[in-house]
Amino acid sequence: MKHLFSLGAAAMLAAGAPLAAHADAAGDVQQQCGACHALKHDYATPAIQERVERKAPPLDFAGNKFQRAWLASWLQNPTRIRPAGVFPPAHVKNGPDGDAVDATGLAKHPAVPAAQAEAMADYLMTLKPFDDLIKAETYQPGTIAERMGKMNFGKFKGCDGCHQDAPNSGGVSGPELYTAWKRLQPAFISSYIGNPVAWDPHTMMPKGDANADAVHKLANYLKVIGEK
Amino acid sequence: MKKILLAASLLAMSAVTHAEVDRGAQLYNVYCTQCHGVQGNGKGINAAHMSVQPRDHTDAKEMSARTDDELFKVIQQGGKSINKSVLMPIWGSNLSDDDIHALVGHLRKLCCQKN
Repeated sequence: MKHLFSLGAAAMLAAGAPLAAHADAAGDVQQQCGACHALKHDYATPAIQERVERKAPPLDFAGNKFQRAWLASWLQNPTRIRPAGVFPPAHVKNGPDGDAVDATGLAKHPAVPAAQAEAMADYLMTLKPFDDLIKAETYQPGTIAERMGKMNFGKFKGCDGCHQDAPNSGGVSGPELYTAWKRLQPAFISSYIGNPVAWDPHTMMPKGDANADAVHKLANYLKVIGEK
Repeated sequence: MKKILLAASLLAMSAVTHAEVDRGAQLYNVYCTQCHGVQGNGKGINAAHMSVQPRDHTDAKEMSARTDDELFKVIQQGGKSINKSVLMPIWGSNLSDDDIHALVGHLRKLCCQKN
């Protein structure tokens, strides 16, 4: 029954129906977001098939991940962050030059009215199961020459194979990173680059061999391009 | 009796190998197709944005020049470990040794088993 209710809510969202403000933000998030987004970390234990079937990014550690102001704003005016969706192989069409993103199947995130978005953001920011990972971070935001940062991001570390550091510049399977600084907490950026598997065992982001200093340089580059 | 046991053992080994190949296909879909393509031809959705083109895993000649150990190493430790591009990531923290063996099995199927 609960599942049916969630599906119904999802259908309403997909149709762009206005959402009634919910008195209980936790219940609202569970009802409106839970059909697509994981709100508990239990996705970490099943087999890798879970990653194939994932409909949306997990939100169970939203409070450790997002900037609250960005979250509230994005919910009201959502834009695409992942050019090929949450599971890119499901959105591929074969073209003359090889695979291309098939945008026709990419779901549009529903917009949420302002008051509801603020309440949802407040609740999501309370979800912090990974405070220990954040506390272990030593990253202090700094700066880097943009040109050097770009070379590091591309040529030396290969991040641009999957991520865009400017619109239409870079790979498309990962989330774009030119708005990462506005949407993500600095400590999360550093922690996730350093060990993405600790956050999500089924992440499609590899854990590279960058030491803390190298990770911080990448984070600083995201700061430089994010603040432009 | 011995013959029955032997047959059962061979059957079990064959089933394990088959399961490993299927797991290899599943892992390949999740981790590799974004660059190497859904057909394994090196033309994934990221390929157009890369300075070094991903390996065509259906190229029997190229793939036959690599041993299973080399394939295992490059998946686990990345392109740099065999003096190739940094664009081939280090997957050793995302994948277990068993996962990587399954992927190597799938690569052999892609390159060298014509249906």
